[in-house]
Amino acid sequence: MLLCALSIFVIVLLIAFELVQRSQLTWHKFGLGFFYKVFSDSYSNTPVYWDPVNELFSARPFVYGTLVSSFLALLMAIPLAVGLAIFLTEMCPGFLRSPLAFLTELLAAIPSVIYGLWAVFVLVPLLREHVNPLLIKTLGWTGLFDDSNPTGLGYFSAGVILAVMILPIISSLTREVMIAVPHSQREAVLALGATRWEMIRMGVLRNARIGIVGAIILGLGRALGETMAVAMVIGATPEIHHSLLANGSSMATVIANEYAEAVSEMHLSALTEIGLALFLVTIVVNGFAQVLIWAVTRGTPAQAR
Amino acid sequence: MGVGIEVINLNAWYGTNHTLQDINLNIPANHATALIGPSGCGKSTFVRCINRMHETNPIARATGTVRIGDLDIYNDAKPVQIRRRVGMVFQRPNPFPTMSIYDNVAAGLKLNGYSNRRALDETVERSLKNSALWDEVKDDLKKKSGASLSGGQQQRLCIARALAVDPEVLLMDEPASALDPVSTSKIEDLIFQLKSQYTIVIVTHNMQQAARVAEKTGFFLNGRMVEFDSTHKIFTNPSDKRTEDYITGRFG
Amino acid sequence: MSSDAFKFRSSLRTATDGLVTVLAILATLVVIAPLVAIFVYLLYMGASSLNLAFFTQIPKPVGETGGGMANAILGSGLLLAVASVIGVPIGIGAGIFLSEFGRGSTLANAIRFTADVLNGVPSIVMGLAAYALIVVPKIPFLPFTGHFSAFAGGVALGFMMIPTVCRTTEEMLLMVPNAVREAALGLGVPNWRSVLSITVKTASPGIITGCMLAFARVAGETAPLIFTALGNQFWSANLDKPIAALPLQIYVYALSPYDDWHRLAWAGSLVLIILIVLAVSLVRYVTSRGVLKGAS
Repeated sequence: MLLCALSIFVIVLLIAFELVQRSQLTWHKFGLGFFYKVFSDSYSNTPVYWDPVNELFSARPFVYGTLVSSFLALLMAIPLAVGLAIFLTEMCPGFLRSPLAFLTELLAAIPSVIYGLWAVFVLVPLLREHVNPLLIKTLGWTGLFDDSNPTGLGYFSAGVILAVMILPIISSLTREVMIAVPHSQREAVLALGATRWEMIRMGVLRNARIGIVGAIILGLGRALGETMAVAMVIGATPEIHHSLLANGSSMATVIANEYAEAVSEMHLSALTEIGLALFLVTIVVNGFAQVLIWAVTRGTPAQAR
Repeated sequence: MGVGIEVINLNAWYGTNHTLQDINLNIPANHATALIGPSGCGKSTFVRCINRMHETNPIARATGTVRIGDLDIYNDAKPVQIRRRVGMVFQRPNPFPTMSIYDNVAAGLKLNGYSNRRALDETVERSLKNSALWDEVKDDLKKKSGASLSGGQQQRLCIARALAVDPEVLLMDEPASALDPVSTSKIEDLIFQLKSQYTIVIVTHNMQQAARVAEKTGFFLNGRMVEFDSTHKIFTNPSDKRTEDYITGRFG
Repeated sequence: MSSDAFKFRSSLRTATDGLVTVLAILATLVVIAPLVAIFVYLLYMGASSLNLAFFTQIPKPVGETGGGMANAILGSGLLLAVASVIGVPIGIGAGIFLSEFGRGSTLANAIRFTADVLNGVPSIVMGLAAYALIVVPKIPFLPFTGHFSAFAGGVALGFMMIPTVCRTTEEMLLMVPNAVREAALGLGVPNWRSVLSITVKTASPGIITGCMLAFARVAGETAPLIFTALGNQFWSANLDKPIAALPLQIYVYALSPYDDWHRLAWAGSLVLIILIVLAVSLVRYVTSRGVLKGAS
């Protein structure tokens, strides 16, 4: 038994070791600048980030894409997830609670590639025809939405499908920490003459806020590493654009798309270094989230939902 | 200033369980009234019917009339309005752990829209003085959280929180049962001082406590109110045999 | 405080309360909508393509209609089998250790934390690691190394199963009341034997459920397979060679320009989602019914 338990250590260490080892080439050549350097095309003076032929590698567009799509996803997912959690925990009639919770669980179980499939054939055309023109018209002045990309792919679409995917995680964890708040707190607020929303705000959310932050960060962790659905809708273009409707790429996307065909050692090393960065970032983010959630639910035995 | 409470034909159910049956009584203003009886007799349910807290349970139901002052609380008012005028202190102290002592006391005021700094400061100080907690916490008002106090102090904090919104009635559901004897006697002294300003209803399973603090006492048994009279009479010469049996410890 | 101010404040607060209720209901609907939409689309687009050919034939060359994803279904099954051989024993073993032998110790906490780390590793990175560990090195005496293979894919998936199996095993074992353990010890059975034969057996429905949950999770994983199992257009049950897998095939077909292949992608997704829904529902049914019938 101990052997089995220790082998988990071994596996994680092996993964870390391999990632570090196989990214040595680009690490030595570019150093930390790998993640933010900007090269310049000598002919046209446009920025060049990712040029396998000339062995110029900068992960900047992928870091940008990962951050932008994840941030968009959080922006859209947080209010919906917390709203759903509030509804399920405090407002939902008893007979609906179980089926709705089950549906949320199903949402979490759908594989990434099916989300991607649906996104490519249903979501992206929907956004392209109906939502994007609206965004350009109303919010175009911010400089974040322009019409240079008619395909409907891009950061925004990736953000939307990511939001759908991280929603269930944030929601069910938020529910857990809300349920962990003792009933006496709710009663204390009600006895002061509070409305139901005030009771939720002051008696539940306030007490659970650390755990809710943890749930959000866990959702972020999932969004950062998400590969298939994002790869299918982000456009896979190693460039940086200000418009959220433009094509871009993400760290996970470039690895998925280019690894199988990469030939040169430098190219492989660059991709592995991106993988290493993803590995480290998700460890830190997830670890932090676990600490927050543990701090809130510690001492509360698992409760019936 | 407190107001009287008039209860007419109050019946309450939890699901199919008929918890309160045909309760009729008049609770006098500016007095402390104790409710005694064995566990499960319905006295907690009764008290929760007075500020409509029993409605937080989805299977709870009540019929009858309850008048606080001249307000029919079931037909003429909403629960939110009632609970502003009726304060409640629970069996286990439940201060808000994420808020400071100051914010705990001010919580009810902030809900009702008070934002004037000076008014809040004054009300917080007055409430804490009224609950005999001021001297112990006046230096740490904003530094310490509500949960960092001892059990007895927490309960007095909850009393201060309830008093801050200036209710007319104060309901106390076994407020000292989770506390040590020293804290208990402090709370009893408090009730003694407060009853001239508020109408206090205190549920207790401790008969000596009822004898110490209340002018009137009601004895509940199996969902009915058996006898309601001056405390002195209940404990020295009860009219009903069941009351006598309970007082003398034959059951309960 | 004047009663007018109170009334104003009161109606504002009531209005806010009502607004929040509406928003919460809206949020719920917005969340459920994509789920319903996805299922409806899968049924609509995929059901028509589900025929016997789908389950028995391999893909036809481009341009020819028909064909199926039988090889991908077989491949997924094989990959899951390899994954289980690795993931289930290690996961259950670690779970037993955490619950029965190391409970509360620092080592146990460290292991639990490491398992969570493993759980959070992005699936693509897991594929990278498996690639580096198995596909790349050409070691003469170790089979399966040095090239793309089903084995490599299975290992990647197996690693991903470990944290789920470990956590559910530990949880299920923790739910076995101590009275059961004490009864076994009272019979004079040495500790490790009593643990294995009695406690684990009591919790076995729950442990099996945990394994099913882990299956459902890795059955749909694509990213770890992209450069380990690679995919295969033909029948193959050879662990030593690249192999087809359902999610991988769906990915390739979805991005292709051929309508016929899109059809197959939808059908494959329908099959995959049905299996996953069945697994999740079964898990929920078993855990809600009370897992430890043998315990009380």
